[in-house]
Amino acid sequence: MTQSLQQGLSHSGLSATRAGLRRLWRRYPLSLIGGFVLISLTVLSVLAPWLAPFDPFEMNVVDRLREPGEEYFFGTDAYGRDLFSRTLYGGRISLLIGLSVAGLSTLIGLLIGILAGYSRSADAVLMRIMDGLMAIPGILLAIALMSLARPGIGVVVVAITIPEIPRVVRLVRAVVLSVREQVYIQAAIATGTRLPRLMLKHILPNTLAPLIVQATYIAASAVLIESYLSFLGVGTPPEVPSWGNIIAEGRLYVQIAPWNIVCPSVFLALMVLSINMLGDGLRDMLDPRLQTRVR
Amino acid sequence: MSNQVATPPALDVVNLSKHYELAGSWFSNKQALVYAVDDVSFTLGRGETLGLVGESGCGKSTLGRTILRLVEPTSGTIRLEGEDITALSAQEMIARRQRLQVIFQDPYSSLNPRMRAGEIVGEPLTNFNRGTAAEQDERIAFLFKRVGLRPDQRQNFPHEFSGGQRQRLGIARALALGPSVIIGDEPVSALDVSVQAQVINLMMDLQDDYAISYLFIAHDLSVVRHISHRIAVMYLGQIVELATRQELFERPQHPYTQALLAAVPISHPRDRRKRITLKGDVESPINPPAGCRFHNRCPHAVAVCSQERPPLRPLSQDHAVACHLVV
Amino acid sequence: MTDNPLLSVDGLTVAFSSPDGPPVAAVQELSFSLNAGETLCIVGESGCGKSLTALSLMRLLPRPHGMIGAGRIMLEGRDIATASEADMRMLRGRAISMIFQEPMTSLNPVLTIGSQISEMVKVHEGLDETACRQRALDMLKLVRIPEPERRMDDYPHQLSGGMRQRVMIAMALVCDPKILLADEPTTALDVTIEAQILELIQDLKQRTGTAVILITHDFGVVAEMADRVLVMYAGRQIEQGTALELFDAPTHPYTQALMAAMPRFNAEGAQTRLKEIAGIVPALHERGQGCCFAPRCEKATRHCFDSMPPLRLMAGEHSVACWHAGSPQERHP
Repeated sequence: MTQSLQQGLSHSGLSATRAGLRRLWRRYPLSLIGGFVLISLTVLSVLAPWLAPFDPFEMNVVDRLREPGEEYFFGTDAYGRDLFSRTLYGGRISLLIGLSVAGLSTLIGLLIGILAGYSRSADAVLMRIMDGLMAIPGILLAIALMSLARPGIGVVVVAITIPEIPRVVRLVRAVVLSVREQVYIQAAIATGTRLPRLMLKHILPNTLAPLIVQATYIAASAVLIESYLSFLGVGTPPEVPSWGNIIAEGRLYVQIAPWNIVCPSVFLALMVLSINMLGDGLRDMLDPRLQTRVR
Repeated sequence: MSNQVATPPALDVVNLSKHYELAGSWFSNKQALVYAVDDVSFTLGRGETLGLVGESGCGKSTLGRTILRLVEPTSGTIRLEGEDITALSAQEMIARRQRLQVIFQDPYSSLNPRMRAGEIVGEPLTNFNRGTAAEQDERIAFLFKRVGLRPDQRQNFPHEFSGGQRQRLGIARALALGPSVIIGDEPVSALDVSVQAQVINLMMDLQDDYAISYLFIAHDLSVVRHISHRIAVMYLGQIVELATRQELFERPQHPYTQALLAAVPISHPRDRRKRITLKGDVESPINPPAGCRFHNRCPHAVAVCSQERPPLRPLSQDHAVACHLVV
Repeated sequence: MTDNPLLSVDGLTVAFSSPDGPPVAAVQELSFSLNAGETLCIVGESGCGKSLTALSLMRLLPRPHGMIGAGRIMLEGRDIATASEADMRMLRGRAISMIFQEPMTSLNPVLTIGSQISEMVKVHEGLDETACRQRALDMLKLVRIPEPERRMDDYPHQLSGGMRQRVMIAMALVCDPKILLADEPTTALDVTIEAQILELIQDLKQRTGTAVILITHDFGVVAEMADRVLVMYAGRQIEQGTALELFDAPTHPYTQALMAAMPRFNAEGAQTRLKEIAGIVPALHERGQGCCFAPRCEKATRHCFDSMPPLRLMAGEHSVACWHAGSPQERHP
């Protein structure tokens, strides 16, 4: 594992030296595994058009519900579509949703959070709105949005992002509030630092580390929520081969063709698990205090 | 500082107060007031060091931060080199910060852990666009050398320095703009004895070279005695005695000052004696006792002490005391 | 000096296991003894290993990395260095008790102070509830807490720093230990409160006959309290003697420098330069084979960098580890 890991990482050009990697491996073995799995899944998904042996939409009635085998690695579904190809394409949807939800919610949350953390008057109003948002169940919101707009990936992203924003806001606000009380902020003010620089140089960098970690968890949870929503039929349109949709369709045949559920589920679980493992490691790596202690 | 010059003092603080309100409880709307700094007046001459001593909770740090306008004063006046800075807006205050700087106590929390040493020391220069990048760089290198650090340590992060070195960084930062007043908020309290001596010597050398005025806040009387020209003793938000160093140590008048001096550890086992220790704890500045704040712990208190607050009255040109019993 | 000291430490080494490489020694070859009713002060700056020494006497070194590497700590005929955890539980509190710098962190915030002290009595002496409470109350009176009956039911956060330290002392002394181990007990306190606490410790020592090991960085506290003094630097003892010997004739250059670096309270003509010690304490892994103070020492010669000076007896009980410390009157093994 170590061997392949090092190769995998040095190929991707992430880390410079073998020694550095070895140290990283000793300290954060789980996150390295997580990172490796995530990169593999990403490569598989991104290269789906070239890797997939079949068109994921092509139905082949003769080969319905084939067991996994040489021709169809993961078997086929009730319409005779190749599950392996569909799973690869499904990864693209999951990644897209995970990334865009994480990106959108952290960006919006960061802006609102900093505003709330720095201005007392804005804080009262913003935080009540956030409390309200948090009270809305994501699934109901998604259903409501779906009934208002045409179903599509964009709507799913919005539906998942909105309930995530308050979490980010709370995190950022808490960091800003605690950093504001730090003596070095007082020192910066005392040396004549103006507000924009204070924000950019002293406060923002402190929010970044927890934010990146939070973003990984949000990405993982977005991937999961998307699959719930699709499973319930309120997520990505049924013709799109997202993992949730594949599982939802496969559910009908679970007794005679369990691979319909097992294969996409394993991919889903792997992706969520690997993102979370990576996030845990990032949390420790990005904490400068932890780093000095280990040194 | 007896030779009176026409120029105004470096710092002139008149009747300065800082009161905090604590929210009342559910059942009463009576609010508790914290008298952190209460009617404090003093002047700091040019090139002078005024030591400010007192125990925790006496308001000495709040006083320092109020003068720096990091904390908004409740009432009173702060004049920096003759200019009233009490009511300046945060924006207007920025320009004045070039003349008024601060060194904090904790060399660990007062430096941004994510910035490099050179960036920390150079930040004041950036804030005021002092010179070109090359000139700033040169100034930073000079400051590093001046406080006893190697200029090539500029690329290091604060955690790569020892406590004493970090405090030198803090001093270099305070020095960067060439201020006329530096407020030292317990600048050596967190340091080991041998390092403490290095930092005290450095601060005294800098004063000789640049005629900086220090307001030196500390709880350690021996350090304050070493560095100060005059010393103010604070108790529960008020100055109870203000005198030249020699006066204060040779003829302490206020009972609290006397107790404080008696409590200082001795320097040789042969000096062991039965001490006069104060009874009781330092009282809370929340709704402090009426009259003299010290009367509950004072061994000499009489009736008037619990009723009337003694004003800070001059005994001589260089000695003032706030005590009913001193005439 | 009696023939049988209460506590004798012989060649104590405290080591930390390190992730890459062999264990690093933080305290090396420490030997001292403590007689009944005596106050021993261990002085040194941060990082000199004085607190680790205290923790190893209690066998409370931070686990899993800290360990006693070598040496014996003999107390009541038992070797603490090798005693079982069960034995240690009996020794702690009854034979040897410890108080810490910050009393808030060593008191349980959710229990009243009365119940915390009674608990100590119950565990060690198995008395019934009322007897334990009575003992706790007596202890609070002994450490001069005002209104002890009312204070019994207070929680730690309701007390001031000085009061908390009194409670800690009450807890430490409730089972009548032979040794009170105080690690910087007054560092977090104000000067007037520090004076109160030091006076209290001195007074209790006389009343109960407890021996005291006082760990401090402040020579003022040493001058006030110590019968005997042990100076540590970078994990080693460099000078040792009675308080008078040490203050009359500090011999190790480090001790001399440290005393000169203190702003003397009753020194004449202040506003002079303080004597400073150049450089900083070497980190654990930077300690060479020679005298650990050599890089900062004015008197250092080649010899000092090459080999470690042993602790040599100079006069009386005064011993020093320095190659330049004059000629010893007699050589002791």
